[in-house]
Amino acid sequence: MTVVELRALKLRIKPNFKPVNWRLITEAIFGNLMLVLTLLSSLLVVVIGLLLFQKCLPILETHSWAELLFSSSWFPLKGDFGFSPFILGTTWVTAIAAIIAVPTSLLTAIFLTEYSKKKMRTLMNPLLDLLAGIPSIVYGMWGVLIVVPSIKAFAATVFKISISGYSVLAAGIVLAVMIFPAIISVTLQVLTGVPVELRHASLALGATQWQTIKKVVLRKALPGVIAASILGVTRAFGETMAVLMVAGNVARAPHSVFDPAYPLPALIANNYGEMLSIPLYDSALLLGALILFLVVLFFNGLARLVLIRIEKRGF
Amino acid sequence: MQPPKPESRTHIQTKNLSVYYKNTLALNNISVEIPDRAITAIIGPSGCGKSTLLRSFNRMIDTFDETTVRGSVLVDGEDIFSSKVDVTRIRKKMGLLSQRPSPLPMSIFENVAYGPKIHGMRNRQQLEVLVQKNLQIAGLWDEVKDRLNESAASLSIGQQQRLCLARGLAVEPEIILADEPTSALDPISTRHIEGKLHELKDRYTIVIVTHLLRQARRLADYVVFMYLGELIECGPAAQVFEHPKEQRTQDHIKGVIS
Repeated sequence: MTVVELRALKLRIKPNFKPVNWRLITEAIFGNLMLVLTLLSSLLVVVIGLLLFQKCLPILETHSWAELLFSSSWFPLKGDFGFSPFILGTTWVTAIAAIIAVPTSLLTAIFLTEYSKKKMRTLMNPLLDLLAGIPSIVYGMWGVLIVVPSIKAFAATVFKISISGYSVLAAGIVLAVMIFPAIISVTLQVLTGVPVELRHASLALGATQWQTIKKVVLRKALPGVIAASILGVTRAFGETMAVLMVAGNVARAPHSVFDPAYPLPALIANNYGEMLSIPLYDSALLLGALILFLVVLFFNGLARLVLIRIEKRGF
Repeated sequence: MQPPKPESRTHIQTKNLSVYYKNTLALNNISVEIPDRAITAIIGPSGCGKSTLLRSFNRMIDTFDETTVRGSVLVDGEDIFSSKVDVTRIRKKMGLLSQRPSPLPMSIFENVAYGPKIHGMRNRQQLEVLVQKNLQIAGLWDEVKDRLNESAASLSIGQQQRLCLARGLAVEPEIILADEPTSALDPISTRHIEGKLHELKDRYTIVIVTHLLRQARRLADYVVFMYLGELIECGPAAQVFEHPKEQRTQDHIKGVIS
C-alpha cells in the first residue's frame, strides 16, 4: 500500500461519536418483542400437553393404559373408566366423515381447477370460504333439524328399522360438510401448483382431459392431496359442538352407522365441570383430552411433513 | 433409399384466422399455408403472435381461458375448429415440443409409452419396441437404455427435450410443432435438437417458432414473418432472407426492429 492509501484508511477508521440512534433501539425492541411472542405461542402447545399429562397422572397411576384404552366399561361411580366406546365412536364418526368428504372435495377441487371457467372459480371460492366460516353450532342445528330426521326417515323406509336418527351417520354427514372447505382449499392449492406445462404436454399427445387429470395431474399432486385429506380429517377428530348435537351420545361402541355414538370431544364437553365430586372423574376426562390432543398432533405433524417434502421437491 | 420427394402439398392452412385473448387481438386475419415434409419457421419479435399461431394448429389454444377464434385452420383439408371434430384425434397427428422440456412425472420408459398407452396400446412387447425405436430416433437411446425405469426428472435439460421429442413421435404424428424448442438449452443440446429436426423433415411436416434468426436460417425451408399479430411476409427461406419484399421484414432481418 502506498502512503496515500494508508492515510486514507486512517481517515476512514477515525472514531466518531454519534448520538444515540433511537431508530436502531426501536428496531431491536420490536424485533425481540415479536420473537418472544412467537416463542410463547409455540411454547403453548408444549405447556398444554404437559399440563394435560400432569392432570392425568392420578388416573394413570391407578389404571393401566390397556384398561383405559381397551375396556368398554364406563362406570365412573364404580371407578371404571374404559375409553373404548368413545375412542371407537370418534373413529367411526371421523371415518364416515372422511369417506364422504375426501372424494367429494377432491372431485370439487378437480372441477374447479381443471374444468371450470374463471368466472365460476371467482364465484365459488368465496362461497367455499364462507362455508368454512359458519360457526359449528349452526352446523349442529342444521344437523338436528334436517340430517337427523332425514336419516330416521331413510332408515325407516329403506331398512325398515326404527331409530331416532341421532347416529354415527348423522355426525359423519355433518362433519363431512364441515371439513369440506378445508380439504378443498388445500387441494386447490396443490392442484394449481402442478405446472400447466405438464397438462399441455399430455393434452398435446391427444389425451383427454380426464386421462390427463388421472395419469398426470393427480399423480403429481398425490402427496399433497393426501396431506389435505389428513388435515381435514384431523379437524374432524376434534370437532365438538356439531357432533355432540347429532351423535346421540350413548356410551356404547357403535356397530352400524345407524347406531348412536359418543365421540371423545362430546364426552368431555358434556361432563367436564359437572359431577367432578366423583373421584378420578376429572382426571379421566382430561385423559380423554390428552388422547385427542396427541392424535390431532400426530396427524397434523404427518400432514405438515408431507407438505414440507413436496415443497422441498419443488414440484 | 428414400424415393425422390414428390411435389409438396399444403399440410396446414389457415384462412382469415383471428385470435383474441379476452379483448386483445393476438392474431389478425392470418392466411398462411404450411407445406408438408419441410421445416417452416415462424419468426418475429416476441409478442408478435408466433406461439399463438402454433397453438391454434393443434387447438392447444382451447386450454387458455377466454380466447376467441375466428376464421379456420385446415389440417389435411379438415377444419379442425369445427364443433364435430374430435380434438384428441387432431392432437395425435402432431407432436409438440415446448420452450421448456416438460417430462411427465413418471419414468423415462413411461414418458415415451404414455401417448401410445392413452390411445389404447396395452401390449408390453409392442410398447417396448416402440419406446426403443422412438428413443433411438430422438438420439437418446444410448444414453438411457440402462436406466429406462428411472424418473425422467433425473435427465439433464437437453436430454429431457429429446425425451419429449421421442414422446411426441411415439404417437406417430405427421406434424411436429416446436415452440422455441431450444430456448432453455445449452449450445450442444441445441445442436442436437436442430440436427434431429433436420433429419426428421423428410418424413414430417415441421413448424418451428423461433426468435433466433440464425436458427431460422440454419433450419428453415420456408419462413413466415409475423409482426404485432399480423402476417407480414412468407415464402421460401432464401427468398425471405435474401430478398424480402416488405420493409418490416428487412428491418427485422437487419436487426432494426426486434
